[in-house]
Amino acid sequence: MSTLLELSGVSVSFDGFKAINNLSFQIGEPELRAIIGPNGAGKTTFMDIVTGKTKPDEGRIVFGERNISLIGMSESKIAREGVGRKFQKPTVFEAQTVRENLAMALKNPRGPFEVLFYRKTKEGAARIEALAEQIGLTDELTRVAGELSHGQKQWLEIGMLLAQEPRLLLVDEPAAGMTPAEREKTTTMLVDAAKTRAVVVVEHDMEFVRRLNCKVTVLHEGSVLAEGSLDHVTQNPEVIEVYLGR
Amino acid sequence: MLRLLTLVIALAWLPFAVSAQELQTLLQSHRDVIIKPSRKTVGPTLDALVASGLPTVRGFLEAWQEKNVYLHAEDDLFYTGSEDDSGDLTLLDVDTGAEAATGVGRKDAQQIKPNGGVRREIGSALVAFQLSDPDIARRTQALDALARALDASQLAPLIASIDSETDARLKTRKQKLANYLQARFGESPAIRVAAINNLADDLSVDGRAVLSQILAVKMLVAQELPDGTNVASVLAPGEGDLERDTAYQMLVDDHGLPALVLASDIRRALETHVEGGISGGVPVAKLDNQAERIRAYDTLVAAGKVPARVSEAAIDAAFADWGFYNVYLESDPTITEAAETAQASVKTRVSLSQTADIGLDAISLASIYFLAAIGLAVTFGVMGVINMAHGEFIMMGAYTGYIVQQIVPDYTLSLIIALPLAFAVTFGAGVAMERLVIRWLYNRPLETLLATFGISIALQQLAKNIFGTQARPLTSPGWLDGAWIINDVIQISYIRIAIFVLALTFLCLLLLILKRTRLGLEVRAVTQNPRMAASMGINPEKIKMLTFGLGSGIAGIAGVAIGLYAKVTSEMGADYIVQSFMTVVVGGVGNVWGTLAGASMIGGFQKGVEWLNPSNTLAAQTYMILFIILFIQFRPKGIVALKGRAAGD
Amino acid sequence: MQRSFLAQNPSVLWFLAALGIFTIGVTLLAEGTGSAFISTSFVKTLGKVLCLCLIAIAMDVVWGYCGILSLGHFAFFGIGGYSVGMWLMYARTEAIVETSMAPSVIPPTAAEVQDAIAAQIFGVVGASEFPMIWMFSHSLVLQLLMVVLIPGLLALIFGWLAFRSRVTGVYLSILTQAMTLALSLYLLQNDSGLRGNNGLSGLQNIPGFDNVPQSTISMVFFWASALALGAGYVLFARVLSGKMGSVIRAVRDDEVRVRFLGYHVESYKLFVFTLTAIVAGIAGALYYPQAGIINPTEVAPIASIYLAVWVAIGGRGRLYGSVIGAAFVSLLASWFTGGGAPNINLGVYEILWTEWWLVLLGASFVAVTLFFPGGIGSLFDRLKGDAK
Repeated sequence: MSTLLELSGVSVSFDGFKAINNLSFQIGEPELRAIIGPNGAGKTTFMDIVTGKTKPDEGRIVFGERNISLIGMSESKIAREGVGRKFQKPTVFEAQTVRENLAMALKNPRGPFEVLFYRKTKEGAARIEALAEQIGLTDELTRVAGELSHGQKQWLEIGMLLAQEPRLLLVDEPAAGMTPAEREKTTTMLVDAAKTRAVVVVEHDMEFVRRLNCKVTVLHEGSVLAEGSLDHVTQNPEVIEVYLGR
Repeated sequence: MLRLLTLVIALAWLPFAVSAQELQTLLQSHRDVIIKPSRKTVGPTLDALVASGLPTVRGFLEAWQEKNVYLHAEDDLFYTGSEDDSGDLTLLDVDTGAEAATGVGRKDAQQIKPNGGVRREIGSALVAFQLSDPDIARRTQALDALARALDASQLAPLIASIDSETDARLKTRKQKLANYLQARFGESPAIRVAAINNLADDLSVDGRAVLSQILAVKMLVAQELPDGTNVASVLAPGEGDLERDTAYQMLVDDHGLPALVLASDIRRALETHVEGGISGGVPVAKLDNQAERIRAYDTLVAAGKVPARVSEAAIDAAFADWGFYNVYLESDPTITEAAETAQASVKTRVSLSQTADIGLDAISLASIYFLAAIGLAVTFGVMGVINMAHGEFIMMGAYTGYIVQQIVPDYTLSLIIALPLAFAVTFGAGVAMERLVIRWLYNRPLETLLATFGISIALQQLAKNIFGTQARPLTSPGWLDGAWIINDVIQISYIRIAIFVLALTFLCLLLLILKRTRLGLEVRAVTQNPRMAASMGINPEKIKMLTFGLGSGIAGIAGVAIGLYAKVTSEMGADYIVQSFMTVVVGGVGNVWGTLAGASMIGGFQKGVEWLNPSNTLAAQTYMILFIILFIQFRPKGIVALKGRAAGD
Repeated sequence: MQRSFLAQNPSVLWFLAALGIFTIGVTLLAEGTGSAFISTSFVKTLGKVLCLCLIAIAMDVVWGYCGILSLGHFAFFGIGGYSVGMWLMYARTEAIVETSMAPSVIPPTAAEVQDAIAAQIFGVVGASEFPMIWMFSHSLVLQLLMVVLIPGLLALIFGWLAFRSRVTGVYLSILTQAMTLALSLYLLQNDSGLRGNNGLSGLQNIPGFDNVPQSTISMVFFWASALALGAGYVLFARVLSGKMGSVIRAVRDDEVRVRFLGYHVESYKLFVFTLTAIVAGIAGALYYPQAGIINPTEVAPIASIYLAVWVAIGGRGRLYGSVIGAAFVSLLASWFTGGGAPNINLGVYEILWTEWWLVLLGASFVAVTLFFPGGIGSLFDRLKGDAK
């Protein structure tokens, strides 16, 4: 397992409020990692920084074997480098069909002229079928995404992320608002995905984290408070203080 | 100059004129001029009369001016006269003022009727007497007349009248005018230089005119400069303002050098010398380019049919031979030097003052933009809604003011009624619009923009249908007329000051409402997080409605203010709407200070460009918009931007 | 490829068929080519409407599909008109000047002809020399190139600046409005080199075709406009089909998400903005020779807002919807303002439609936005739904 993403000494502040404070973090490939932390711990800002939405005030972020710096890269460039992101709220393109959603996400050249003169291929179609199979939406391919259930939208989004073939997958609260059966399926998908790539799951729900059965990082006030197995971190007095003390 | 000479002669002659019939004698010696005066010839006569120093001259001049002087046929003497009830004349002796004859028939006396030009000349001669008149109005009048046309002859009487002047304001004015006269007509160069130096800090148009009159130049072309010429500058043809052709033409006109042969001359010459389809040895069809034409023309020259072309070399030689000079009309260099120094100093001061004046203009423009935009900023900031009908609310406010003035004739009172009424009317319109239209379109900002645009078209046309297309006046009360004059360059009209004060008041009022009242707290809560605010018992619907009403109400008041200094038309709102958007966008949304900064920047920039290119306000606006487009590139969120997650992008 | 594209998009075929029938119908009824049932001036009106439909499609693509509410596309339309107008005016004045100089004893030099043309064209603004921007006006080819190049370049630069700094939503709308305002203010200046307030006129006279009657010329422009509209429709339908259309609509719905999918959103917006600007320029180049005159008020912000109104009433996100909207509203406008609509006498007050038409338009626009967001085009969807 080699290191895929490394953050060191990253800080960012909004109008004097330090959202991320001297954060250092690494993740290998393949690896499944859960990030937990109370509200305002900096979980979402962490994802914003990695995906290029927010520019850090200081620190280093390097990615891949060639140790390229992600700082200063545009969101789309970072995405093309192999970082996929799933938002808390399911964001699929509701006016378009499941197939169109997946086709858009398929790993292909992304320039406007390449897309304009793009021709459908057999391989692409096969890939879409396979992905649909994986996320359990084979029967829904021609349906408009807006008609899907909440859980199905979440899976479609995971499917779109997988279609991008990212090396690092950032997932924000995937289990929110799901039925137990849907959670079960989501867990399987994420664990499967993490067999070949790095997956970071930000989650509130301890039960869900327990199910993922992976290394856990606890964020607090913008930096790492504890790291290790879930049992290990939940016995850490500082973590207990942070979670129960307020 | 001539008058001065006459004055001297008259003064020399003075001691000999001492008989009892002094004035009559004097008049008789100028008899022809007095009977048939013309503006051109009357001058020496007037000078002689004034110079005589006789106490009776003034009365005579006044009578002459008012056509009350008669030549009595019986004795051929001049009398002042008046008509009695029967239409006959009563004649008075010009020297003693005693009644000389009564009941003189109109036929027996010839009335002297000077024309308007002559009467004005008489008037300026009278100035000297009126300067010391006990009536202050007449003294002021006299000074006005004097200032209109500065004349050497007035210097002495003016100086003489200063000491006895009782009114302080008039006294300074007299001193100032005396200084102008000294600068131009003073006896010795020393006096003149001293007077000129006094002008160095005089920014008034009159003072500047005095300096430029002293520094008046004329152009002189000469091979050798005559002695005693006071050269202002040496001109080089082809450089600066003097073009080569113009310069050479001067040599042609004044000194008989061979005339230039222009392209049009060549064409005409060739046309007149066409013989059998050939001109100058070249077939006509080939003469469609300049080179051929010149060749043909030169052939004609060789044949002696036309004058030779003047070559560039010849022109250069002529320029080397002749000098072009700007020469001062004033021959004394010490005086022109002093005047140049004074003028430079005045120019510096004037440009400083102009900068200050532009600054004031910019502030008042910024106030107007602020007033027009602040309502928009409130609605845009709090609700994320662009109200394209905002301009029409401004128009509604202005028309409200106009209607109130139709009912309440007292302008001050009507203004006091109009301001709150305009607020109420537009507040109501805003609330109605929010309830009926905007409420249904929240979270669809682009559609709100279009729907409010539909309202804007309808309201504008409605106003046109009701009030017609011509502009309606919104008259400001008398106490707002006029301007605050700081010096001769810096002045600012009271209306603009009032608008500035109004803008300032609104700034404070809005800050007060937003920062110190319950409403303000709730508004800010809804702005930052509507869901959280709702869960805390704030009714966001009500807050949005009130906010929209407030924003619209301010637009109404802005309308009254704008209507006072511009005309009220159905299109007035449209004139301000784009600028208002710019102000809000440049300033940064959702912040009163941002709008202030935006308004200041746009107002300042526009005035700045106008200053650089004063003739072209259209260009100023074009550049301002280009500037804004570029500005947005660097600060997409405006000057005062919210940062971080609160910005919610 | 093209065949399969048309086969996949039957609505394009339907549209082309309708346009073809309309064109043939007008040809048969027109004064110049048929039974003279339709007057030349009405042929011109119809030709102009086709050009407006073309820019409306462009507006629909940039707004309805890509989500950029541009309030400045009429600027590109106007630039197209000015570009072609410069050649029309130059060439026509050149012909007039040459005729008037022909009887002179000596043939004129090129410089004399130039000066005379300049004096003719710029006399109204007190100038007598050609400004720099007229340097290509002698060449039809170069000016036609400018019809495409200048709107394209302007859109490229403006779009690059705006999209790069992530100006979106109403901000972008205001900025595009500012752009067209700046252009109209610039053109209003006498020293802009484009005759200020007077604009360019006499554009209906095509140089070299002085002997051809207007009834024929109007038909040629009508056909050209119909051709351009058909070609534009196919072009945009092609762009909006398949994956490109998918990405463009995705940008409209959630550009942040598209960015995280790895697409450079700004390039797509720039592509759409520039392409539509070019089409708008072409539409303008065809429109103004039929209108005969172009002046700075044509590019005032209000024109571009009306464009948005047409598209909204016709139905955003449907190419045929925008065509219907532009045709319907602009024809209705000329019917109402031309005195075609009967006035309504209410006894106490008579509604004169020339005065009340804008009130009606404004109010119905609000109503469409509120109650009928799909516009007229959505009626077809309902019909389709019923058929199913």
